[in-house]
Amino acid sequence: MPRKRRDLRSEDRHLTGQQASRITYTLDSSLDSVNKVEQTAEQMARKAGVDEDEIFRISMAVREAAVNAVLHGNAYDPDKRMTASFEYTGADLVIRITDEGKGLDPATLPDPLAPENLLRGSGRGIFLIRSFMDEVHFRQLHPGTELTLIKHLGTAPTGA
Amino acid sequence: MTMKISTRQVDGVTILDLGGRITLGEGSVQLRDSVRDLLAKGQKKILLNLGEVNYIDSSGIGELVSAYTTVRNQGGELKLLNLTRKVHDLLQITKLYTVFDVKDDEASAIAAYSQA
Repeated sequence: MPRKRRDLRSEDRHLTGQQASRITYTLDSSLDSVNKVEQTAEQMARKAGVDEDEIFRISMAVREAAVNAVLHGNAYDPDKRMTASFEYTGADLVIRITDEGKGLDPATLPDPLAPENLLRGSGRGIFLIRSFMDEVHFRQLHPGTELTLIKHLGTAPTGA
Repeated sequence: MTMKISTRQVDGVTILDLGGRITLGEGSVQLRDSVRDLLAKGQKKILLNLGEVNYIDSSGIGELVSAYTTVRNQGGELKLLNLTRKVHDLLQITKLYTVFDVKDDEASAIAAYSQA
């Protein structure tokens, strides 16, 4: 069974060198958590020095992943948590969002661009994540899903 | 963080001036409720002015689509006005730009409604 963390927001942060950093949040299944994750992604992308358009794309992809975890994965269950980790390696931004839901098989998702799906009121979140990030990986946790979003930023900025 | 909506009437067309964020939760619900209220009052010519909308997520996009189909299914017309570049790009990526009737000038948008 998944561990049930009672703390709504736990944060650990450790720096490995001047460039790399990682932050992990364990959050309740709420829209406040979605906003928190989105804002963290925006701050991290900004700190990494990417331009405004890329900041928008990254933070939106991360928001969509968080919405997926909270809404479709955990279904707003107050006993289930979303974990969000943000890692800046100096060359990549790596964001992992996990939920404790029933699991998500991306192969079963309908194509939102198919003519018969264009006028659907939902089903575009994963598509947008894939459109905005360089790599997107799904991992089944039994229960739950881990989504890994990666943006390649090229060479690491010089620290000196 | 939230969305602002104000309503005005021009030549039989109801213009909703939207500002802020249309996202899962409050923004999407506000938009849905506003369109439903207008339809309930028989106001079926609706122009969504998105000029001050600086952010929209997949839920907000879905809400625009739902508003469009709901209005159309009731014999009305819903058009979009003044897309910001971000919203424009999102509608392009999702292939919805050509689904909606998008205008960038209020007067011509109003003139484009059928005179029923």
